Amino acid sequence: MSDTFVGAPAAPAASAQAFRTCPTTGLKVHRQADALIKANAVVATVALLVGGISAILVLLTRWQAVHLLDATMFYRVLTIHGMNMLIFFILFFEMAVLYFASAVLLNCRVPTPKVAWTAFVLMVAGALLVEWTMFTGRADVLFTSYVPLRAHPAFYGGVILFAVGAILVTCIFFATLVVAKRERTYEGSVPLVTFGALTAAIIALITLAHGAAIYIPTFFWSLGKMNVDPEVYRLIWWGLGHSSQQINVAAMVAIWYLLGALTVGAVVVNEKISRTAFVLYILFISMASAHHLLVDPGFGPAWKVVNTSYFMYMAVLASMLHGFTVPAGTELGMRLRGFTQGIFGWLRRAPWGDPGFSSMALSVVIFGFLGGITGVTFGTEQINIIAHNTLRIPGHFHATVVGGTALAFMGITYYVIPLIFRKQVAFYRLAQIQPYLFGIGMTVFSMAMTFAGTFGVPRRHWDITFANAPFDVPFSPAVDLMIGIMAAGGLVAALGGAIYILVTVWSVFFGKALPEGDLSRASVPPGVYRVPARELPTEEVELREYGRLGVMPGTMILVFIFLVAFVVYYFANWKLLSFVWKVG
Amino acid sequence: MYAPGTTPPQGVWWKPAHRSEKIWFTIAFVWCMILFAMMPFWHLRGGQNPSGTRSTVEPTAFAERVQEFIDTYQVGEDNGIPLVEPPPGSDIYLQARMWSWTPVLRLRAGAEYTLHLSSLDVNHGFNLFPFNVNFQVVPGYDYALRVTPTEAGEFQIVCNEFCGVGHHLMVGKVIVVPADAPAAEGGDR
Repeated sequence: MSDTFVGAPAAPAASAQAFRTCPTTGLKVHRQADALIKANAVVATVALLVGGISAILVLLTRWQAVHLLDATMFYRVLTIHGMNMLIFFILFFEMAVLYFASAVLLNCRVPTPKVAWTAFVLMVAGALLVEWTMFTGRADVLFTSYVPLRAHPAFYGGVILFAVGAILVTCIFFATLVVAKRERTYEGSVPLVTFGALTAAIIALITLAHGAAIYIPTFFWSLGKMNVDPEVYRLIWWGLGHSSQQINVAAMVAIWYLLGALTVGAVVVNEKISRTAFVLYILFISMASAHHLLVDPGFGPAWKVVNTSYFMYMAVLASMLHGFTVPAGTELGMRLRGFTQGIFGWLRRAPWGDPGFSSMALSVVIFGFLGGITGVTFGTEQINIIAHNTLRIPGHFHATVVGGTALAFMGITYYVIPLIFRKQVAFYRLAQIQPYLFGIGMTVFSMAMTFAGTFGVPRRHWDITFANAPFDVPFSPAVDLMIGIMAAGGLVAALGGAIYILVTVWSVFFGKALPEGDLSRASVPPGVYRVPARELPTEEVELREYGRLGVMPGTMILVFIFLVAFVVYYFANWKLLSFVWKVG
Repeated sequence: MYAPGTTPPQGVWWKPAHRSEKIWFTIAFVWCMILFAMMPFWHLRGGQNPSGTRSTVEPTAFAERVQEFIDTYQVGEDNGIPLVEPPPGSDIYLQARMWSWTPVLRLRAGAEYTLHLSSLDVNHGFNLFPFNVNFQVVPGYDYALRVTPTEAGEFQIVCNEFCGVGHHLMVGKVIVVPADAPAAEGGDR
């Protein structure tokens, strides 16, 4: 095993020098892919740090008992928080995921390392330009930058550069699939995880096309060269703003399958079902951009109903399928490996101390129960009347993007550190509790935020005591309580986030290298040395039927609990809506 | 034989699903159809829909309409903001700009009005406190919604779309008075 290499030059494809063989998984890893994954992951972590510090500042301001920043700084820091978390952290991480799911999983080379590095430089340059405008107060327009709020042209220019880089990386991902097929680096069809990443990449292309379509005219508008209609801006911008979160969904689901495979030997129950669900995402999920336009004056009811429902909820169907197949695959994998006791024995005996597994489990639950149910409910045309622009909305998307996506990304990092960086995980005990702190903190935060929103507390608001406003707005005392709970949950989650950054940065830059040979004494997640997938039976096994619950009884019970929660929350909101003024 | 999602599946993987998967797929599909049906259903039977009448309007033209509305129905002032009392059934106007709502409206419970919302500068957000009724207010667009106040009282309008550093100062007011005897027969409470 030789793992000392520094940015190896682009070598001919077949050269053995260009690859290393992973001693754990046996995969052939292209050194360029290795280096690109590392570079993107490191930048993602820096963005997470910036976004995380700004998160704490935003939280301590919204918590009226502290009310830390003044109004100008609050909106500036909120802009920085949004851009760093939703765009820079997430997309740099996803670029790393794309290189991993193509080049690494398919034993393939990165076909055009020079273009790949150019794309990386473009993305970093674009991000720096945006950071400069934000930090110097030239872009106090929040993440959405709704025209006619005006930012410095460099803000829009920076986003365009970043998007061009990201488009290049998705194209390299597609090219890698073609090269891998042509050079026969794998047998059969691409693995499900790669298929999921492919879904994310296609949605990314759709998303980034919208980004170009809106930021290029807006760039010229900011220079005074043309007009941009505010409603058209909202329509096309959300093709970027919401769809970029759908890249996250697809990437996160792919990582659920990946983490399941790495931590417990989760199997794919049925390739057809899981892949069809991904195809449904590609076809329908981008329509959800309409969620932001349901109480807008620019669109009629038919447009709103068709689009907000992803054409009859086909993307919700896809998520409900993944929400079944991921736990089902875990249950089946555990049962096949001998954990067959009772209905939930597989869940009790699961490796809850493995940060990869606990991240995945919490991510599935938070995304589904909190993020998914609230998202579909608030995205209902009429229910949106009692949700739009209140704290219910950030309550929803912190459950999807943070408790769901970011937590899944954190979980996979604990495997990336040993498998890609070839390092031990520093402070492993802290790493083990990190997913719990982050996940439970985020759960409390999101639920309290959503609940405060039902009282009409606006999102993106500096002062809900309305100190110098012409009229008083006497919020219920329950709002103060909810905001207090939200702050407590948020601070716990921030602690979890800080531990994540400490562990990853320390491991990568100051951490101990993996020892040769036996890894069971190294501080790495157990799936690295006792590969669960290798314990799966290689022959057909008779599975025990639990009556009407079938061969995956635990999962059946879990998804029915989910369904009941969904139905109750959904109809409770219709009831809530029926109490307000008649409007139409 | 089962394999994890990291392994390339061999041969034909288009195979029949498990019975449990089929059951869940069917339930999920039916639920999705119910979710979809609820929206048209509420358009037919429900009292709260964001449809309205939507048209474009130049901000200057909208400002003129608002001024005309105020001149016609003004009955006083509240905190320096004109207070207007339009007759039930009329078109009423609410203008959003950095950082105020104009005018203050006095309405009758149970009466229907057509509320025109628009902005003179950037995006604003209409939030009726404490009912939590929310609409987007976009410059260049007139959002005309038929509204029927349900009960008497004083209600605030909070701006819930970021509109600059004075965003938190942007609070308006609606006063709803009880429907008096002659107006009551038009009310449907």
